[in-house]
Amino acid sequence: MNSVKESTSPKRGLSLPVFHPDFMAEAHVASADAVLHAALDNSVTKKDYGRRISLAELPDADGLRQLAGDIKRHTLDHLDYYLELLERNVIKHGGAVYFAATHEEANGLIVDIARRTGSKLVVKSKSMVSEETELNDALIAAGIEPLETDLGEFILQVDNDHPTHIVMPVIHKNAAEIGKIFARYFKTPFTDNPQELAEMARVYLRNRFNQADMGISGVNFAVAETGSIVLCTNEGNGRMCTTRPRVHVALMGMEKVIPALDDLPVFLKLLARSASGQALTQYTNIITGCRRPGEHDGPEELHLVIMDNGRSRILAGEYRDTLRCIRCGACLNACPIYRKVGGRTYGSVYPGPIGALLTPLFNGLENHKHLPHASSLCGACFEACPVKINIPEFLIKLKRDEVRQGITKRPERTIFKLWAWGLQHAWSYRLGQVVQRVVLRSIGSKDGWIKKLPGPAAGWTAQRDFPMPAKHDFRYLYKQYRAGEKRGK
Amino acid sequence: MKVSLFVTCLTDLFAPDVGMAVVKTLEHFGCSVDFPTGQTCCGQPAFNNGYPAEARALAVKMIDVFHDADYVVTPSGSCCAMIRDHYIKLFHDDPDQRKLAEDFVARCYEYVEFLTKILKVDLSTLSLPENETFTYHFTCHLRGLGATGEPAIRLLKQLGGAQFTALEKAEQCCGFGGTFAIKYSDISGAMVRDKVQCGSKTGAQTMIVNDGGCAMNIGGACHRMGASFRVQHIAQIIAAAVEHTAGAKAS
Repeated sequence: MNSVKESTSPKRGLSLPVFHPDFMAEAHVASADAVLHAALDNSVTKKDYGRRISLAELPDADGLRQLAGDIKRHTLDHLDYYLELLERNVIKHGGAVYFAATHEEANGLIVDIARRTGSKLVVKSKSMVSEETELNDALIAAGIEPLETDLGEFILQVDNDHPTHIVMPVIHKNAAEIGKIFARYFKTPFTDNPQELAEMARVYLRNRFNQADMGISGVNFAVAETGSIVLCTNEGNGRMCTTRPRVHVALMGMEKVIPALDDLPVFLKLLARSASGQALTQYTNIITGCRRPGEHDGPEELHLVIMDNGRSRILAGEYRDTLRCIRCGACLNACPIYRKVGGRTYGSVYPGPIGALLTPLFNGLENHKHLPHASSLCGACFEACPVKINIPEFLIKLKRDEVRQGITKRPERTIFKLWAWGLQHAWSYRLGQVVQRVVLRSIGSKDGWIKKLPGPAAGWTAQRDFPMPAKHDFRYLYKQYRAGEKRGK
Repeated sequence: MKVSLFVTCLTDLFAPDVGMAVVKTLEHFGCSVDFPTGQTCCGQPAFNNGYPAEARALAVKMIDVFHDADYVVTPSGSCCAMIRDHYIKLFHDDPDQRKLAEDFVARCYEYVEFLTKILKVDLSTLSLPENETFTYHFTCHLRGLGATGEPAIRLLKQLGGAQFTALEKAEQCCGFGGTFAIKYSDISGAMVRDKVQCGSKTGAQTMIVNDGGCAMNIGGACHRMGASFRVQHIAQIIAAAVEHTAGAKAS
């Protein structure tokens, strides 16, 4: 059975792959999709409540989030030091370390390792960074078969689809859809029973784990002090991928390093709780080196590929804190917009609030000018973030950059500047209020509501009515009130 | 206690009753209220859309207008959060103005916050003209003030004749977000319809909010969808109870 996943973004030239570039078109369709909304409420909204409940079990969740953020900030401030320390310690335990400047380089290094070790079948555990590099496409192009072994990722691979959530890649498909995909792929009768579907995948994958030459994993945390790779998974496939095949390749973004093993519990306490409301993932693997003499299991070779792919550019500027992200997906689950448009609308590999931030930072604002604006700035993401990335504030900064770089259209810039000038003076402010009142009252209905606003404001009334200004503004009512008091005396 | 009202531009134009309700209730609780007429806008729309220089100019004006106020109270959670979260940072490179901003920020309160933290009011002596069932939508920007919906709900529950039912997804944004509601109206519309549906499910007569933007958005969607509940600012409910209780005593 050959995987046939094709690249949907042939020659990228961008750091992150873009699958669906037309944000507005995607948003238009998704925001009218009641089935999608119900599915998302049933998954992400529930996980968000799970997060709150499980964090409340901790004595001081907020303090822990602060600490996690501080550890990440410290590490990012001294990233060169910790990456070198990590490299030394991985090598000390028999591993090999590679630095890749770009996603092409990372893929090239991994293809080379596969070729050198004679690997034909590669089993993969879930890894967002390999989605970032489109590693599967590179392996297929080199005649190597990649096989996703996380159930969600496996479904997507079989269906030539992309993840729409960082942690729950396949939440956009329901059991019936998955049933159809499996019936087609396994050539078996249709079932939409989740247990039966999972069993079909399990039996198939178990067999293939035994045939695989190489396992590829991502990295949740890389501990510099010990040279350990930490993997947090729920399905056990990560453990199979990193122990059964002869060769283990771990691919990480360079921001995944943490200083010491003592720091790890801080993140473990937060990661699973933030992602899914679990106290811990089912499996926490701390992998230090490959199989040693006398040991019975584990891979013969361990390779760690540390990738930059635009991160050092972000590290150097005022958006450094965005690299704290531990890819828990909590901001997606908390986001009212993600709940209405799903992951696909964001277009790129990282969806949701953190994606709205990372995608333009990686790929350039000019390529993703909608993403910083498509937010009500409600702050649910910041409240959910286990490492306290102030996502709304960064989105505002990106908008500021759009204005400065001239990406924001001139008429809009002019309107804002005029508006702000008008508010500088009480007289012009009041003149503006009077004009608004007269104009809006002239187009309102008798019931006190406006059904259709003109020009760019039509977006409002496309969805809901607009209130007609009151006959008198507050200033007038206040003056009357005070005058009445005086008369009363 | 001397309080200066920052009414906000939206409330001034679209919901002057809310401003009057704030004035009357604060006076009822023993404050003397004044309204500095030089006030305009806190600069939030400019700041949120990426125009910090323009927001900064408006912040200077705000700070100046309210320079001698003991307390500045506003019925808008988001305007208060704009001041609290961003005013000091706006003047990171101007120590003198920054100091003025710090002083100003320390005197600014959102209405419910002021009632519960400073005045520490107890509304159990007040009762509504008629029994009324309420639900409460949590205004997102209260997050910026480190607040939850609890204090407002506690106040509501104290009122005689008030019955409270919890709103599903109460903390989920209603989809206002200023220009977001216009530019990304498809998404915003889906969000506000979700809010109205949750509101209708409660069976409450009235949904309480703490922000002019939420009120315009949810109210407008209620009207379009023909929902059975009305949207009110919490000050309007308290003002109704104050008036009714005073009237009952007089008679």
